[in-house]
Order: sequence, then structure tokens, then C-alpha cells
Amino acid sequence: MSEWLEKQLPKLVLAPSFVAILIFVYGFIGWTAWVSFTKSKLLPRYDIVGLIQYDRLFVSPRWDVAFSNLFIFGFLFIVISMLLGLLLAILLDQKIRTEGIIRTIYLYPMALSLIVTGTAWKWILNPGLGLEAMIRSWGWESFSFNWLVDPNMAIYTVVIAGIWQASGFVMALFLAGLRSVDDEIIKAAQVDGIPKWRIYLSIILPSMAAIFLSAFIVLAHLSIKSFDLVIALTGGGPGYATDLPATYMYTMAFSRGDIGQAASSAMIMMAVVFAIVVPYLYSELRAKND
Amino acid sequence: MNTKLLIAATAALTISITSIAKAEPQAEVLHWWTSGGEAKSVAVLQEEFSSRGGTWTDMPVAGGGGDAAMTALRARVLSGNAPTAVQLKGPAIQEWYEEGVLADISSVANAQGWADVLPASIAGHMRCEGNWCAAPVNVHRIDWIWANAAVLAENGISMPASWEEFNAAATKLKAVGITPLAHGGQAWQDATIFEAVALGVGGPEFFHKAFVELDEDTLKSDTMKAVFDQMRTMRGFVDSNFSGRDWNLATAMVMNGEAAFQIMGDWAKGEFLAAGKRPGIDFLCASTPGDGFLYNVDSFAMFDVDGADKEEGQMLLAELIVGKNFQKVFNMNKGSIPARVDVALDDFDPCAHTSAQDMATSNAGGSLLPSYAHGMALRGAQSGAITDVVTAHFNSDMSSNEAVDMLVSAVANSM
Repeated sequence: MSEWLEKQLPKLVLAPSFVAILIFVYGFIGWTAWVSFTKSKLLPRYDIVGLIQYDRLFVSPRWDVAFSNLFIFGFLFIVISMLLGLLLAILLDQKIRTEGIIRTIYLYPMALSLIVTGTAWKWILNPGLGLEAMIRSWGWESFSFNWLVDPNMAIYTVVIAGIWQASGFVMALFLAGLRSVDDEIIKAAQVDGIPKWRIYLSIILPSMAAIFLSAFIVLAHLSIKSFDLVIALTGGGPGYATDLPATYMYTMAFSRGDIGQAASSAMIMMAVVFAIVVPYLYSELRAKND
Repeated sequence: MNTKLLIAATAALTISITSIAKAEPQAEVLHWWTSGGEAKSVAVLQEEFSSRGGTWTDMPVAGGGGDAAMTALRARVLSGNAPTAVQLKGPAIQEWYEEGVLADISSVANAQGWADVLPASIAGHMRCEGNWCAAPVNVHRIDWIWANAAVLAENGISMPASWEEFNAAATKLKAVGITPLAHGGQAWQDATIFEAVALGVGGPEFFHKAFVELDEDTLKSDTMKAVFDQMRTMRGFVDSNFSGRDWNLATAMVMNGEAAFQIMGDWAKGEFLAAGKRPGIDFLCASTPGDGFLYNVDSFAMFDVDGADKEEGQMLLAELIVGKNFQKVFNMNKGSIPARVDVALDDFDPCAHTSAQDMATSNAGGSLLPSYAHGMALRGAQSGAITDVVTAHFNSDMSSNEAVDMLVSAVANSM
């Protein structure tokens, strides 16, 4: 009996969370997929009518803006956050005296909620209140920085605020990575008279591949589900110039009573996540089997 | 063993729930009137309800201009436990009716003679296939233009009677360094200006065809292009910092003379009055140029509930909402006017008198129209699609031709 229990205990302990995940994650993904094939309006309906919601989605100019914004925002946010985080980490790694304080300062934005970040940057970037007004009041009358109110540039203000929030966290990840590289190898390279930049480029960074991947995955999912930052910073405006798929979905589901349309946009968002995560899982699993 | 326990627990719970229920009027009211003046107004209704022996269960859900409350409502309805009354308006009432969850309150409505005291087009929103299913609370007028009296006097400008006059006045004001139009660049505010312009430029018949019937020929007509042309002109009259500004901050700009005009519903009046400004002396109110009256009527829809006590509560609530006393007190607080036309307006301000007179004349002339921008004329998906085009046009350099094409395809796509 006790032997049986010992064998089955891990399964028994895991079973509730397994069932919960099965229902509340995969079950509801299935439910959303089902609803996305119906003409659900205010309340979900379950008679399937085909791909009509996807047709509507792909001809909607607003979805077009939201979807391309996802790529502009996602690409710039991930790339710049990683570069900036890496640079900060390398600079911090030079055994400077006040590292603890500086590290805390850079990591601090991550402790703020995105709503706070968005609101603060809304004020900073507001031409009449923030940066532009301040520099003009110093006497540089022609200074102009009105991206926040320019429909063509507004999405980049979301990128700026996002980077400010996330790059400190990426720095911390990379710093841990840098510290985990074997000191002996670096010392050996130094003895051989290899310049410092070359040590970083050819020894340290390649040995941190796993950290890069983790940072990428964290930033990628942050950017796809980005919602609160846009809501606080621009409210999706001017017009709908800074809409992202998540804000589009929210608007359709909760403001317009168009659940079918919201479900189809959610499915597309999930497809994007899968496109990123599946290759990652595949490579992970393959590495284990080898 | 576990199942037995579960059954026992459920039984105990059921007993305790049924024992709470009493045989007096019960009402659970879902609303999002949570800010100062609005909360005070709801409290009035609550007191009246209690004084008639009812038990009021308040269910305020703030946030998102009602979006959060609608989410709560959806959850309650799906779980088969709808609130007694819900703050709903316009076509949303019909949408919920189609889901088959609204109650019939015709007995109260007929006993109280609602049909005689409510304007016909407003009463139309409260009926579901001939039966009464909702009770109106107030009438907000949307097509108002507010102005700073001192600024206008200094520059020798009177309230504009046509859009040409408005454009001329605005150009003059801009030249002397005053922002002609205080505006907040949020989609619903863009839409508010748009519908006022559409009513003024196209007239009531055009408005009805375009935003109630969604007639394709009207949507792509030259008149609609002219409306978008006027919107482009208006874009030149707002300051460069308007994006994302809240409406009350725009009202403040008019108050302190930074800007001259604002186009906004009569809740803006509340801001002026709260700041101690006097209508006709410090600020002026007039309908936007053109004929007609765009209304935004708040109402309570009555949901199907079980139990005599709840049904009784529902009837009592409906009676009180449309009752003269509540209509007067509530609307004094809220800045709107009563939905029923037989309430004495002696204590109301001059702007409210204008509003009430215009409502009566436009009702007689058939130009009392539902506001599209505030969800009275169309369902969410359609009005949202139009607003998308309006705000995209206003915030870019899109041409009127492009905007009209986009409008037609957006409306078709939203069906």
C-alpha cells in the first residue's frame, strides 16, 4: 500500500493543477476558437457559421494598424531592450564600487506597474506639459518633440516607455549571465593578451546563449500581451494609431459587444505566440533527446 | 463520503438563501453612477425606494464608461442570476431583449400613463416589441456649443448660427492667439463633434438616414463629404496639444479664457456650474448650428427575475424612476432635463429651459434624433465602426473622399 502510494503520490499531487490547467487554459482556448467561428454578439452563441469573423478581421483597417503595430512595437522593444540591457550589464560588470546602488536604480522601473509608467511618460512626452514645454521655456523656442500627438510617430512613444520599463530587468538577467561565466577562461584569455572587447564578443556572449533566449521569451510575451501601457500612455490614440491586438480585442469584446470578432482576434494573437514559442519548445525538447 | 458532504452543504446553503428572502419589494440595481453628483442622484432614488418599504441592494460597478458594468452584467446573466434593474440605454436595451432576458413592465407603464408624458422617439427606446421593458431617467442633449462670454465679447463675436459663421469666428480668434475650439482627442469626443457637424451640415433627415438607417447612398453622398470637409476645417481650430485630453480639461480651457468654444453634451454645464460660473453671464450655451436635437437618454432596463418580491421591487422601481419627484431631483443634480415633459422646470437653469423647449419643438417637427456617438442610434459594433473612421480621419491627413469610402466599407464590415 505504502509502496503504491509512494509511486502514485507525485501524480496525485499534480492532478488537481493538471486538471485546472486543462480546463482553464486549454479548455478556454478551445472555447474561444469555437466562438471565433460563430456570429456571437453580446453573448456567446454556439452555432458555427464559418470564417466570417476572420474575414471581417482581415478587412478591418483598425486591425491592420493594430497588427502592424504589434510588429513595430515588438521588434523595437525586444531588440533595443536587449541591446541596452546588455550594454548596461557589461558596464556594470566592470567591478565598479557603487554597483549595488546603480543596479537597484536601473532595476527599479520594473517594480512599477505599467499603468504608472504609462501615465508618467504621458506627462513627460505631452508637448504642452513635459519635455517640449520645458526645453522651450529654457529658450530653445523651435524645439519640437510631439511624437505623442503625431499619429505616425505615437507608436514609438510606446516603445520608449516600454524600453524604459524593461531594460533594467534585462540588465539584471544579463548581469547574472555574465557572472556565471567561468573566471578561469577569462583570465586565461587575458594572459594571452586578447583585448577586452574580443573576450566579450567571442567568449562571454556565446556562453550566454541560454540567457539571451530567456530574455527574448520574456520580452516577446510582454510585447504581445501589452495592453496597460498603451491604455495609460495613449489610450490607443491619436485616433487608433497606437492600437495593439490586445486593445483591439478588449474594445471589441467589452465596449462593442462583438464577441465573435474579439475571439477571432484573440486566436490570431495566440497564433503569433505559438509562432514564437513552438520553435523554442522544439529546440528545447530536441536538446534533451540528443 | 465527499459527495454526501457536498450535497449536505448545498442543501444548507439553499435553505439559508431562501430564508433570507422576504415578501417585501426587492431590487438589486446595477449602475455606474459612482462619481459625486451622480452618486447623490442615485441616493435619492434609493431613499424613495426604501420609504415605500423596499429593500435596495446597490451594485455599483465603476470603470470604463460602463464597460466594467456590462462585463459584470454578462456574467450575471450567463449564470442565470440577473440583477433586477440595470443602467442600459438605447439599442443596448433591444440587444439584451433579443437575448431573451428582459422583463415586461407594461402594467406599470400603462397605469402611470408613460406614453402620454414621454416624447414618442424616446419612448420608442423603452419598448421591446410593443411592451415596455425599460424606464427612462433623463435626457442629455449632445449638440451643445459652450462659449466663454468674456472672450466672445472682447472679440465682437456672437454665438454662431451657421457653420460658416463658426468658421469665420474661429479664424478671427485664432488670429488673436485664442484657441477657437477646446477639444480632447479621444475617439468619443471626435465623434461628438462629428455628429453635431453632421446634423448641422446635412440636416435631420440626412442624419436619420445616415446614422439610424445606415443608408449606403447617404453614407457616401456629397453631403457626407462636406461633413468631413468641415471636420478637417475644425481640426485646424484645436490646439496642438489636444490628443488624449479629457473633456473636463477642455471645459476648463473655455472657463479660463484659454479657448473660446467647446462642443460637448450638457454634462459640461455641470463643470461650469461647479466652478461657480453663471449661465448667460460667464458662459453661454446654445445648440450647435443647424436644426434638430440629439439626445442621449439614460435608462434602467428591467431584467427577468424570479420571485414575487423581486417582481414587486421591479414595478415599484420603474414607477419611482419615471415619477415626477425623482425626474426633477435627479436631473437638477446631473445637468440634464427630465425625460417626461410634464415636470415643472422652475428651479432649472436657462440652458435647461432652452433644452426643454428645443426638445418639444423638435419632437413636434420630427427632428428629435438619437445620438450616434453616445450609443443611442446604433448598436456597439456599427457605431464603433463609424467612430473608428471619424477619429482616423480627424487625426490624420486623410481626404474626405477616402473617409467616405472607408465609412461605407467599415459599416458594411460591422454587420
